[in-house]
Amino acid sequence: MNIITAKDLNLYYGSFQALKNITMDISAQNITAFIGPSGCGKSTFIRTLNRMNDLIPDVRITGDVTFLGENIYDKSVDATLLRKRVGMVFQAPNPFPMSIYDNIAYGPRIYGTKKRILLDEIVEKSLRDAAIWDEAKDRLKKSALSLSGGQQQRLCIARALAMQPEVLLMDEPTSALDPISTTKIEELVMELKKKYSIVIVTHNMQQAARISDYTAFFLLGELLENNNTNAIFSNPKDKRTEDYITGRFG
Amino acid sequence: MGRTNFENELKQLHTEIIEMGSFVETAIEDSIRAFRNNDFDLCKKIIENDKTVDEMERKIESKCLWMIAREQPIANDLRKITAALKLITDMERIGDHASDIAELTMRIEDKNAFADSEHILEMATTAIEMVRDAVTSYVNYDLELAKATEAKDDIVDNYFNLIKQEHIDMLSKEQDNIDSAVDFLFIAKYLERIADHAVNICEWVHFSKTGEYKNTLIF
Repeated sequence: MNIITAKDLNLYYGSFQALKNITMDISAQNITAFIGPSGCGKSTFIRTLNRMNDLIPDVRITGDVTFLGENIYDKSVDATLLRKRVGMVFQAPNPFPMSIYDNIAYGPRIYGTKKRILLDEIVEKSLRDAAIWDEAKDRLKKSALSLSGGQQQRLCIARALAMQPEVLLMDEPTSALDPISTTKIEELVMELKKKYSIVIVTHNMQQAARISDYTAFFLLGELLENNNTNAIFSNPKDKRTEDYITGRFG
Repeated sequence: MGRTNFENELKQLHTEIIEMGSFVETAIEDSIRAFRNNDFDLCKKIIENDKTVDEMERKIESKCLWMIAREQPIANDLRKITAALKLITDMERIGDHASDIAELTMRIEDKNAFADSEHILEMATTAIEMVRDAVTSYVNYDLELAKATEAKDDIVDNYFNLIKQEHIDMLSKEQDNIDSAVDFLFIAKYLERIADHAVNICEWVHFSKTGEYKNTLIF
């Protein structure tokens, strides 16, 4: 089953066309990796999937993105509610300058959950699901900024999970982390796909090969190849995909 | 701690190699039992089972290649995976030879055409022991056992030379059963090759642990 579909999607920053006729499906409860050299459009594309590009001036979009059959660029769609259902984790961990507990409870509070007992439950469940409960449970009132980089990133994942999203978009979530933290995030992501649909942008070819079910290769704003990950990393159809994944350019 | 998936895959690889090793060990034991008892049904089963050995090899090869592609293994991990890729070729050849012996057993018409069946059975006993010990040395990463197994190759070679000489002597006196006699000699040759493959497995076990192959440090 596909959870998100992009059709003939074009995106312009002013007069520069960053995405050219992207058509692709994102499969539910699977991990889809976006790869490609810097400037290829993969981060721009992932941001179109929960309308994060709305926040950038001079952006113009044509074409459709449907999330569970609904066009997310339709005027009736509330972008904030959309981002609740299609959560995002960024390259650099960005916890709010507040306690670990309040970081997780932030979203649910905004959406009306006030009861302490419910918030406690959400905080514990989210931290457990993001595999950071054991490290955080005795310091929930401490500042989130006291955590290590890897822990902060898992906290940010927990914060996204607290909103009970259906899709999790991850833009290079491990590129700022050491190998041990990277491994933890990778294992977490593989665990999370049982419940969530995940899209991950990565520059690490082995990471894409290790954790994803589908891989999409972008180049100069175009989607060059999109296939199951094993096919991409064993027999890519396009020579440019092969050149990129084998480190010959980009 | 760390890399749980990769650790699990390495364990799984280890298990699959043990399974393949024990499968070919059984194949070679069965082939000798079939030869001794002239059991054609068992011969057919051995020949049929060789496909399974080939499938096991393909599966392990694929697993190793994907582990290299996904996990960027280095140091001991890379040696383990490389050794696995190498030694399964030897295991597969042992499986082939078990099947070869089964085929010859069904073909040989005159069971009296070979010089001394006891010698071939004794040779087979040592060769089977070598295969078993080679697999065990892999299972336990036991370099002492690997070394002891390699040393037994001379015993098998001596048996082969003895059996060859017996056939020469026999054929120089009577030529009634040349065809069968040559087939018997082939069985001895296959056993000799099986022992060689057991030695190869031991050498890859040695490499896996030390990085040395035949006394040369290669990784």
